[in-house]
Amino acid sequence: MKNIISLICGTVFGIGLATSGMTNPAKVLGFLDVFGAWDPTLAFVMGGALLVSAFGALLVRGRERPWFADNFSIPTRRDLDPALIAGASVFGVGWGLVGLCPGPALANIGRGNVEILVFVAAMIAGVFAYRLIARVRALRTPKKPIGY
Amino acid sequence: METTFTPIAGLVGGGLIGLAATMLLLFNGKIAGISGILGSIFFTDNSDRVWRLMFLLGLPLGAAFGAWLTSDALGFEIARNPFLLIVAGALVGIGTQLGHGCTSGHGVCGMARGSHRSIIATVTFMVTAGVTVYVMRHLMGGA
Repeated sequence: MKNIISLICGTVFGIGLATSGMTNPAKVLGFLDVFGAWDPTLAFVMGGALLVSAFGALLVRGRERPWFADNFSIPTRRDLDPALIAGASVFGVGWGLVGLCPGPALANIGRGNVEILVFVAAMIAGVFAYRLIARVRALRTPKKPIGY
Repeated sequence: METTFTPIAGLVGGGLIGLAATMLLLFNGKIAGISGILGSIFFTDNSDRVWRLMFLLGLPLGAAFGAWLTSDALGFEIARNPFLLIVAGALVGIGTQLGHGCTSGHGVCGMARGSHRSIIATVTFMVTAGVTVYVMRHLMGGA
């Protein structure tokens, strides 16, 4: 059940990305280009998503467990660490270079577009390299589990 | 390169993204952060891996359906330079893992929860992305 729900959620997410135009890197860059021919669409996408998911957050609040799983996996960290800022900064530069963040990049892999495949391969390599290093470090100092 | 402002399509599509995030949280207890779902595929057990792969598989399926629904009217235009694509992809990959999230995990799910970390992260990547676009388009005059 859990896996079927995941597939459905991923599919709805993908429909949302495509119908909002966020699968088009030019449209994302148009939003980021505040001093150029600005296209504010992304703000409306984020606004729409936030409205619905804020309602979702209210639904979840007070519930002991989700419908089809034993517990909620919600990040609990509250401190602002340098890694958060550094990571977000690095991500933003990559996002601004081409106009692709992870969701739209993966949503576009069925297009048969070679540029998307090159970007996604580099992205997955970056993710894997980071996780591998984190894994090796965690094994050397067996204190806290990695992953979130 | 210039695109048209499409607020209604944006709101509707955004609403669907929010719906997907809400369902994943309410039913499975998981955050719909793409970079987290992707990143945790590598070193985990199979019971945790399958739902992640299923979610990620849904993205291109849904996008293909969405493109068909809208007759791909919102277009698709991407940079051609392979070096730029590789650098950008690697930065997105590494940055999202180091910063524990991307546009979906921080920008949508985290902000909807009122997480301070996510608000700071979102402001940060919006600013660096905006500066990057400014430099590429207005200072270097390319891209």
